[in-house]
Amino acid sequence: MTGLRELYQEVILDHNKHPRNYGETDGADYQADGYNPLCGDRLVVYLKVHEGKITEVTFVGSGCAISKASASLMTDAVKGLSLTAAKELFDQFHTMITDKVERDFPEELGKLAVLAGVRDYPTRIKCASLAWHTLRSALDNNKGSVSTE
Amino acid sequence: MTSSEEHSLLSGVRRDFPILQRTVHGRPLIYLDNAATTQKPRAVLDVIDNYYTDKNANIHRGVHVLSEEATNAYNDARHGIQTFLNARSDREIIFTRNSTESINLVANSFGRNNIKSGDEILITHMEHHSNIVPWQMLSEQVNAKLKIAPIDDRGQLIMDEFEALLTSRTKLVSVVHLSNSLGTINPVKEIVDLAHDNGVPVLLDGSQAVYHMPVDVQSLDCDFYVCTGHKLYGPTGVGVLYGKETILESMPPYQGGGDMIRAVSFEKTTYADLPQKFEAGTPNIAGVVGLGAAVKYLRNIGFSRIAPHESDLLAYGTEALSSVPGLRLIGTADKKASILSFVMSGAHPHDIGTIVDREGVAIRTGHHCTQPVMDRFGIPATARASFAMYNTRQDIDALVQALERVREVFPS
Repeated sequence: MTGLRELYQEVILDHNKHPRNYGETDGADYQADGYNPLCGDRLVVYLKVHEGKITEVTFVGSGCAISKASASLMTDAVKGLSLTAAKELFDQFHTMITDKVERDFPEELGKLAVLAGVRDYPTRIKCASLAWHTLRSALDNNKGSVSTE
Repeated sequence: MTSSEEHSLLSGVRRDFPILQRTVHGRPLIYLDNAATTQKPRAVLDVIDNYYTDKNANIHRGVHVLSEEATNAYNDARHGIQTFLNARSDREIIFTRNSTESINLVANSFGRNNIKSGDEILITHMEHHSNIVPWQMLSEQVNAKLKIAPIDDRGQLIMDEFEALLTSRTKLVSVVHLSNSLGTINPVKEIVDLAHDNGVPVLLDGSQAVYHMPVDVQSLDCDFYVCTGHKLYGPTGVGVLYGKETILESMPPYQGGGDMIRAVSFEKTTYADLPQKFEAGTPNIAGVVGLGAAVKYLRNIGFSRIAPHESDLLAYGTEALSSVPGLRLIGTADKKASILSFVMSGAHPHDIGTIVDREGVAIRTGHHCTQPVMDRFGIPATARASFAMYNTRQDIDALVQALERVREVFPS
């Protein structure tokens, strides 16, 4: 069982307090809303894509430390990736936070591994996945709203 | 143990609730999520167990012994609720699944019969979603308007505004007796009198009120009163609708089926009398019997002992939480029940909930099915500690200690 200190690692607390890539993007190519009806968390992800690569990604929204840090870390992680690579990273991240089997995380996850602890907090998995589901929805060019429920 | 707790004699009550003996994350459970649901005393658990072990049969019309015993147990429970709410007759007590279904019953039956295009339904800004959505649905169907009476910064209904919104177009007032997210106790007698002066019937949502204070529907003179069993120390899946007999008589059935009929042919069906008219199909018999046991248990302890104990918890808890740095209480009405909603600077309610849970303290976090209240206070969510008769000052001390852990992780 992951302890509280491991759940709320320094990296997470830092990204919660000082979220990276926070703000709206003018003239975004893709954009999607994410909503977790359980806790009321909402966020919007904005993307600019050039020649199949994510050149800019930002987010705005309110949420708990886990959801905010996850969104911030995600934007850092997917910037510069091809759309295919971003979707692959989504799958790897999703497996990491939901898979009950202990295993080494793919290298690509990098810093995102600090969020692995949410696996042991089933009620908090959706906090960590909200930004990613929203990204996925944006990439699928779904201008509507995505919900974790 | 302080003298006031000794005096209230409620410390022994804890032993009646088996679940309070369990541990969570290796620590004693401190259960402070009573506004979501209360725990069940042994007396309720035993009655439900005994019903299935010894009495189980379908009620009504059976001529065998088990059916007769089950029917008697069911009817006794109805009588128990009638006494508990001080209704005139047990024909005025309808069993439903929960408060939500009780409100939907009134919206669909009374509402569709009496509320027409251009009419208005008046509710307040502090309603639970269950006392908003059914009226929105009805309003859409019949082209009526939903009017919202505002609340002030302390979470109190602004009575002048409420009164101003009562017009000749108002056809129903539906108001929460005690707010689940703010703890506010509404001046329901005054509300009923004002509405009746304008010839408007009133529904009171008593889901939170019934386990904190005695409710007398005759003295309130409300037209409908709804509550749910699982917040009343009873089982889930059983709720109550009280309605004045003359009004219930005038209402068409909500659902059709078995048990709610007098005679059926393919040409015509005549409906059963109250209360069966509104209880189509086999009801939650064990749940009703369990709820009967719960109100009996509550009556034996008595609100004369519960109320002072809970008001001590409210006063002690308000002071204790106010001393936590960066903590702000949401809902500070003059008249409040033992519900403390709060936010903490630098820490989201969800994170607060996870951290105190690790200390064995169960609280609720989120919008508490009152999103308009959250919007009114400009916050996405609150953390909420809500106390019942078996809570103690030590439970509140444990919460405050757990909140110190929150401060360690999230310095303000």
